[in-house]
Amino acid sequence: MTTHYSREHEWIRVEGDVATVGITGHAQEQLGDIVFVELPEIGKSVTQGGDAAVVESVKAASEVFSPVTGEVVETNADLEGRPELVNEDPEGAAWFFKVRMSEPGELDGLMDADAYKAFVESLE
Amino acid sequence: MSEPNRTPLYDLHAELGGRMVPFAGYLLPVQYPAGILKEHGSAREAAALFDVSHMGQMRLGGPGVRGALERLVPADVAALGPGRARYTQFTAEDGGILDDCIVTAVAEDELFLVVNAARKTEDEAHLRANLPDGVTLEVLDDRALLALQGPAAAGALATLAPEAAELVFMESREMAIGGQKARVSRLGYTGEDGFEVSYPAAHAQKLARTLLAHERVQPAGLGARDSLRLEAGLCLYGHDIDATTSPVEAGLAWTIGRRRREAGGFAGAGRILRELEEGPKRRLVGVRVEGRAPVREGAEVYDGRATAIGRVTSGGFGPTVGAPVAMGYVAADRAAPGTPLRLEVRGRTVEARVAPLPFVPHRYHTGRAKEQA
Repeated sequence: MTTHYSREHEWIRVEGDVATVGITGHAQEQLGDIVFVELPEIGKSVTQGGDAAVVESVKAASEVFSPVTGEVVETNADLEGRPELVNEDPEGAAWFFKVRMSEPGELDGLMDADAYKAFVESLE
Repeated sequence: MSEPNRTPLYDLHAELGGRMVPFAGYLLPVQYPAGILKEHGSAREAAALFDVSHMGQMRLGGPGVRGALERLVPADVAALGPGRARYTQFTAEDGGILDDCIVTAVAEDELFLVVNAARKTEDEAHLRANLPDGVTLEVLDDRALLALQGPAAAGALATLAPEAAELVFMESREMAIGGQKARVSRLGYTGEDGFEVSYPAAHAQKLARTLLAHERVQPAGLGARDSLRLEAGLCLYGHDIDATTSPVEAGLAWTIGRRRREAGGFAGAGRILRELEEGPKRRLVGVRVEGRAPVREGAEVYDGRATAIGRVTSGGFGPTVGAPVAMGYVAADRAAPGTPLRLEVRGRTVEARVAPLPFVPHRYHTGRAKEQA
């Protein structure tokens, strides 16, 4: 299973035509302590780069974008009661939502782990 | 824009892994690696050390200094005994607030002021334009300011200066710490017992390191400072109070001395005394929202019938409360605790209620018998 990364610091793990989306370790570190996560409605249509969820730290609210186009088929209800999971296990238990992709070709424009690592280093 | 200034503790912040951000013309840590929640918890449960050297420190001196300052602030400055401090505001002729500050009586003819960083240039100009000849103003830009806040603050500071533990809330004294002359004031902006220490800039890093070596003292940044003061219901200039809000609207009538209410004679007395008499049109209140989504500054506030009645001026997550907390202005007839409100967050309506302030009870060391827990 390949993990892809976006320039907006989301990770995407693809199984068949379903992509699981979360925010990267780097993103949660930049945000600081997460106190609230707003997830999309199941059935919502999302477009690549469009708003999908909101993550709030003590200081501020930040948008989470969908890295792919499609329909939201599942969300991680654990995050509503335990937003701190995003800090504890950002690239595992703290996935945000799953999208049934309608444009799988979009994945080609995303980064792999090495490219994302280099991208993050270029920001520092 | 010019490069942000560095405080005397800049190198220490960097060494401690502080995430530096520009704030009021200075580079300051918004947080350290521990994170805002833990730093906030340190101030509530142990002690947190904040660098507030960006704030303006001034000395006013000369015959008539108290009367001169009383023309610019509504506090009873004349009544301040030596070593007593008071929270007040510089008011404009129209009754708006130009800045808020702490005034300390050093002696009969000498006052010590601490003002907001973002307003210190304007405050200095305002003072110079209004102080009579014979009253001098000295900007103490060779002094750092450290805030040590929390229930363990007194014990930690007393290891360096036993005298500090003798002070009560809003009391201030000069004392030697580490061979340097320090002004130690038992006050702060977190709602907890604590101290602000004005100290020679050149030696401040050493003092900070000594305090941080104490096992119950942790460094804390601007993020925790903001969540602490919000839970304590304390106003932040430029957000909850500004040139358009009066002290009465902001719930600061308690800072206006009785003699000043009767005699007036301060900038903005017309509006302020009228609002004291008749009540203001709007009031700053606490707001508790349903659910976990924080409401932020700028959110519109509506009454039950969707009529706009105000705006959130500070909002976020209250780590000690464990829920979102906010402050904002509402029409005066909607300001009673428990009044239902509606707020708009990202286009959605959120139910809320007016809540009493502070959200977290103040725990100042007043010297009186311990209040019931």
